[in-house]
Amino acid sequence: MFGKLKKILRRTKSTANLGSKTFNGANFNASFFVAEFHTARNLLDANFFSTMSQIFFVKGCWEMKRELIHLENVAKSFGSLRVLDEIDLTIYESEFITLLGPSGCGKTTMLRIIGGFEQPDTGRVLFDGKDITRLPPNRRPVNTVFQKYSLFSHMNVEENISFGPKIAGKSADYIRDKVKYALKLVNLDGYEKHDVTKLSGGQQQRIAIARAVVNEPKVLLLDEPLSALDLKLRRAMRRELVRINKETGITFIFVTHDQEEALSMSDRVVVMNQGYIQQVGTPENVYNEPENAFVADFIGDSNIIDGVMIRDRVVKIFGREYPCVDEGFPADCPVDVQIRPEDIKLAPPQEDGFNGVVTRVVFWGMSYDINVEADGFEWLVQSTTGRTVGERVSLRVAPENIQIMSKPQSEDEEVAQDV
Amino acid sequence: MFNKFSRNVLLTPFLIWAGLFIFVPLIFIVWYGVTDNDGNFSTANLAMIFQRGFWDALVLSVELALVSTVICLLLAYPLCLILTERQRDNTTIISLLFILPLWMNSLLSTMAWQTILEGNGIINQLLRLVNLPTLQMINTPGAIVLGMVYNFLPYMVLPLFISLSKIDRSILEAAQDLGANAWQKFFRVILPLTLPGAVSGITMVFIPALTTFVISALLGGGKLLLIGNIIEQEFTFQYDWHLGCALSVILMIFIVLNMLLTMAFDPIKEEGDAA
Amino acid sequence: MKYLKQVYLATIFLFLYAPIGVLIAQSFNASRYRGHWTGVTLDWYTKLFEDDRIMNALSNTLTIGISSAAIATVLGLITCVAMKELSRKWRATFMSVTNVPILNADIVTGISLMLLFMGLGLRLGYASILLAHIVFNVPYVILCIMPQLMALDKSFYEAALDLGASPFKAFWSVVLPELRPSIFAGFLLAFTMSADDFIITHFTKGAGVDTLTTAIYAELKIGIHPEMYALSTLVFVFVLIFVLLFAINRRKLKHAEDVF
Repeated sequence: MFGKLKKILRRTKSTANLGSKTFNGANFNASFFVAEFHTARNLLDANFFSTMSQIFFVKGCWEMKRELIHLENVAKSFGSLRVLDEIDLTIYESEFITLLGPSGCGKTTMLRIIGGFEQPDTGRVLFDGKDITRLPPNRRPVNTVFQKYSLFSHMNVEENISFGPKIAGKSADYIRDKVKYALKLVNLDGYEKHDVTKLSGGQQQRIAIARAVVNEPKVLLLDEPLSALDLKLRRAMRRELVRINKETGITFIFVTHDQEEALSMSDRVVVMNQGYIQQVGTPENVYNEPENAFVADFIGDSNIIDGVMIRDRVVKIFGREYPCVDEGFPADCPVDVQIRPEDIKLAPPQEDGFNGVVTRVVFWGMSYDINVEADGFEWLVQSTTGRTVGERVSLRVAPENIQIMSKPQSEDEEVAQDV
Repeated sequence: MFNKFSRNVLLTPFLIWAGLFIFVPLIFIVWYGVTDNDGNFSTANLAMIFQRGFWDALVLSVELALVSTVICLLLAYPLCLILTERQRDNTTIISLLFILPLWMNSLLSTMAWQTILEGNGIINQLLRLVNLPTLQMINTPGAIVLGMVYNFLPYMVLPLFISLSKIDRSILEAAQDLGANAWQKFFRVILPLTLPGAVSGITMVFIPALTTFVISALLGGGKLLLIGNIIEQEFTFQYDWHLGCALSVILMIFIVLNMLLTMAFDPIKEEGDAA
Repeated sequence: MKYLKQVYLATIFLFLYAPIGVLIAQSFNASRYRGHWTGVTLDWYTKLFEDDRIMNALSNTLTIGISSAAIATVLGLITCVAMKELSRKWRATFMSVTNVPILNADIVTGISLMLLFMGLGLRLGYASILLAHIVFNVPYVILCIMPQLMALDKSFYEAALDLGASPFKAFWSVVLPELRPSIFAGFLLAFTMSADDFIITHFTKGAGVDTLTTAIYAELKIGIHPEMYALSTLVFVFVLIFVLLFAINRRKLKHAEDVF
């Protein structure tokens, strides 16, 4: 029990650090509170829960953000294919939240339901407490940046950006100022008269953002907007997007299948698979504390092994018992054990150590990927020092780096983790 | 792919085709149009268009062709919008069913309209059955317009359908997302983007409607003469080729104007050229 | 709204198919005269095959359709391949020339070709019809093939050359198979245009030679022989089956793609 708490506190420290690094630290802590709330509820008994929640409530209260969008038990099927199920999610004002998952996980459908392009089969979408489930897209205070930018090819840059304000019946002066502001925001001052079809991919992307932002939406939906750009441009646009989010205070809901994108930009990440939300949390949270094998495997590289929880803080892997920091599991409970490749240290073989043979070494520039076969399992290890194939080594992991996850219980979750 | 010499060899058949079979024949028409029976230059035949019967036929032709083109445009837009908006399995089949009547011989199906519309035709028999007064439908301008719309509607639908289905769904969603309602979406986004298709459709309908002689012969009962009927008669009954060609030259003016209109909108883009 | 759309589709559908329904009904009408319904018969379907005039017109339509479409396809393909090598400006000019007969009125094309054939001293008859059909079919074939040829990656052809094929062999074995769908579409379109053409045939045919369309036109004044209705019905049913098979096949393919 204390192990978990220790870990949580460790996390608090790291989010605080990150908070000072970005513009909006308060946001991190508030979202962190919500995410931890879920994990905590599962793991802690009622008494401790109340104490915990008091501690965190006091801490979180003054930083707490206003709820903006609430998805309530949303489900959606296309024909016989269920693309979303049991979706409950709260999105806060001004946060940068990312829906992350493999293709077909339902993230785009969820975005389209928020945008009004799809109607959920069941459940409700609340915006500022009002039910907007049946409201058409043109009447929602939400704008979208589409994957293929979807600029109007028969209009120039200025006409594209002023499309929304014109429809809304704004004055010519207002529109001119707004277009100017929006172009400045995306660093394309003076591009008013350019032909959109002659712009580069990155520029078209910026125009698409400007066209959406100019309407002063409460929420900006971004559907894999960077996927068509090359790597360098993508990196630059990530910084741009975070800057625009902080500068305008508009809530960003960002859809991607790229975990690097999700981790580097978001205040919170929603990991999805097969129509279900797998985990909601800060980037550090989903990376360091994956709730199940899917999240562990999808985000970053992982070694995931079957294990049995012998008692609190002792887990049995490949017939041997190791110390860990997790508690609260029933005795002899089968679990998934996750160990990050960068958390494994290689040392010379030792008599009673966990020994193996190096089978493959790949140099990546900053580090090596080293495969080590031990106990019939191929371990992935990341290290800054290289090894040679055939070398005998021992593997060492610090107890706090052994992450214990409960096995999927319901049939649904089983399916969800089948990928 | 080839060197210049073999390229030019391969182009020869096309150049012969274009020169001998497209341009020389057109020069023949103009030549006949501006000469008289003795082969002397004369604009008398061209001036004949201002004679009462000919002028009336031309005016009637332009009027009916314009009306049919507008009707085709008004019918085709909603039809294509409905057909492109539903992205279901059966869309292909439905679309094919709309093209299918093209394979029915157009002379016979126009003839069938005669059976439907005439004094003792299907519609009037049905009216009589329910004791309503019968209608005079055949041999009216309206019947000719109906025949034109029937025959040429697919030529409007096809280019419109193609240019509509080229519009990415997300473009329409973007318009809606930015606050446009259904009308604003149509007039500000769909219409401008499908304009080339519409222009190509207008040309494809207007020219055959302007120059037809079959539809007017079948549904106009030989009383309503279009310019096409008069030209055809000059060749098959009157044997005044010079007059027939002169009238054709007048028609060619309309056709050239139409071609210029089409080229201004350039619906035929070279795909893959940019790649 | 959804209901309104369906009503609209149904109305257009009715408008397009009403005359076809009438034609099909007439092919079973025992009476020789249209508009008089005297009972159901299959006679016209048997008599159809005994009518030499119709059979002749049918065979003219088919032979002219197939051969003009085939020749136009070859000419169009050769032209497309050569045009790909032209500069952008020249290609645009050539494409405009290609469009002339499509945008031109049939009656003008028909008369102009008639004048040309007479001027050349060619006797109007089967050959002149065939020639005229080849002339107006070429642009349709070019319009079908050109976009796909332009979109075709040059590296296909270059890879074949790199692997030791001669230019001709490389074209034959690599480029041509890639173009097969558009070549087929061009041929089919050309055949359809040829079989359905009346106006140009009307002006370029000589006495005694008829295609189906000119035969029907000749009958319009004296009354259509019901055998013609029977023939049209057969053609329509044939095309309908062909189209449905195509659509079902496509759907199956699409379905397979969706499922992966």
